[in-house]
Amino acid sequence: MENYNIVIIGGGPAGLAAAVSAYDAGERSILVLERDVNLGGILNQCIHNGFGLHTFKEELTGPEYAQRFIDELKERKIEYRLNTMVLDISKDKVVTACSKEDGVTQIQAKAVILTMGCRERSRGSLNIPGFRPAGVFSAGTAQRLVNIEGYMPGRRVVILGSGDIGLIMARRMTLEGAKVLVCAEIMPYSGGLKRNIVQCLDDFGIPLKLSHTVVDIQGKDRVEGVTIAEVDSRMKPIPGTEEHYDCDTLLLSVGLIPENELSRGMGVELSPVHKGPVVNESLQTSIPGVFAAGNVLHVHDLVDYVSEEAKAAGKNAAAYVRGELKEDESGEIPVKFEGGPRYTVPETIDPSQVKDQLTIRYRVGSVMRDRKVNLYLDGERVLSRPRKVMAPGEMEEVLLTRKMLDEHPNLKSIEIKVEDS
Amino acid sequence: METRNLTCINCPLGCQIEVKMEGNEVVSVTGNTCPRGENYARKEVVNPTRIVTSSVRVSGSETGAVTVSCKTASDIPKGKIFDVVKDIKGVTIPCPVHIGDVVKADVAGTGVDMIATKNVV
Repeated sequence: MENYNIVIIGGGPAGLAAAVSAYDAGERSILVLERDVNLGGILNQCIHNGFGLHTFKEELTGPEYAQRFIDELKERKIEYRLNTMVLDISKDKVVTACSKEDGVTQIQAKAVILTMGCRERSRGSLNIPGFRPAGVFSAGTAQRLVNIEGYMPGRRVVILGSGDIGLIMARRMTLEGAKVLVCAEIMPYSGGLKRNIVQCLDDFGIPLKLSHTVVDIQGKDRVEGVTIAEVDSRMKPIPGTEEHYDCDTLLLSVGLIPENELSRGMGVELSPVHKGPVVNESLQTSIPGVFAAGNVLHVHDLVDYVSEEAKAAGKNAAAYVRGELKEDESGEIPVKFEGGPRYTVPETIDPSQVKDQLTIRYRVGSVMRDRKVNLYLDGERVLSRPRKVMAPGEMEEVLLTRKMLDEHPNLKSIEIKVEDS
Repeated sequence: METRNLTCINCPLGCQIEVKMEGNEVVSVTGNTCPRGENYARKEVVNPTRIVTSSVRVSGSETGAVTVSCKTASDIPKGKIFDVVKDIKGVTIPCPVHIGDVVKADVAGTGVDMIATKNVV
């Protein structure tokens, strides 16, 4: 069996940033395992621009953003293996992987960083009646076909769901000569970023129908049309509001789910809300020495924050290997929240483990206007940030600083409250 | 006086900006939270521009890649988006391709080059 101090599962943006950061923290025994033929993960097919505004202060495309981190990885001569699929990780951190070249191999790790990313929700999870004709694609599949494989999935397109990938594909398909008829969103608000609604729908006159969903797909061998209807406040289709669209393609952009089969297999505790591992301030999961970052932990909207989170995970994993990270759960304070957030990452914080500052990330459950996000330590308000608008599609954050913690020794409670302005 | 309502795209905040115009002159910009919003709004109502991203075919790839992604090296007038896409239709470039390589010079007469955004060998 091979031995590495840190094994990183997945060579997408999170895995790359984690590897670079672990190296920069002094760790030299690092291995990145990637199942695809290239490093970079999903960024390779995200050829649109807008990545890296926060990290590099410029607008890069997905492949360019990935390349910056791939270059950093290669400059440091960090080991990685492509075409290598991780099959299993044991509780004792034995990673079982397979590849064409090496067959099945086992690697004993001291620390594991989970950076497997996420997957798209599929048609199967939507309960749309009708046959199963060709022409129903997840938006990400269509993105891969158009941008990497060079195929057009169809000519007349309806998009269900207004997630960012769906919006991006509305523009991409339009530019490649398809007619995108409508984008239907079951919720009364869009799950996508504002800039994507403006630049991918508004720019091309594609209507966004909020509180609408697909109630029927016609066609047996190939999609021939879809029926869209308005839904009521309980998301039930309203009879009489049906509209028919002749089309050959239906794209689904209906949400992303962290891909945690491996985490579940090794017994890592998962959050029922964000569907990723429950983590503490060090991004350490319920198994000591196992860390998680990026979309496998909770789905992000901006890759910049994925990189930032993964850097923290890499640094913490290196500290764990050196024996500098505490292993037990004592001192962990649960982060409580009220008035808006659906979850927080991390779920618990041990103040003694926070170095300079800690970013607490969360998402709200509905669109909220003119609120204040207040952070309370032992009931005392230490931070108050006015927010004009918050939406479920856009991740929020609160910064907890060392200074705040130092001013509250023997801390018992950490609470984020979203309150009226 | 004409009023134009815009959604600022500079950051995830997505401020709703109201621009009041007298002919082609901007009279007032309200609703933005930062100077970037005002700059965006002033430009968007008078001369809207976009970066266009797409992909073109490659030949002779060792890894079996069939396309390389590309973008306009800087933003081009919004009204020229379809001209740019049309102009790179049918373009095939030989491997290896590096980030920044020119895929099509002066694309659609915009004075801006279409450049590769991926390394393909």
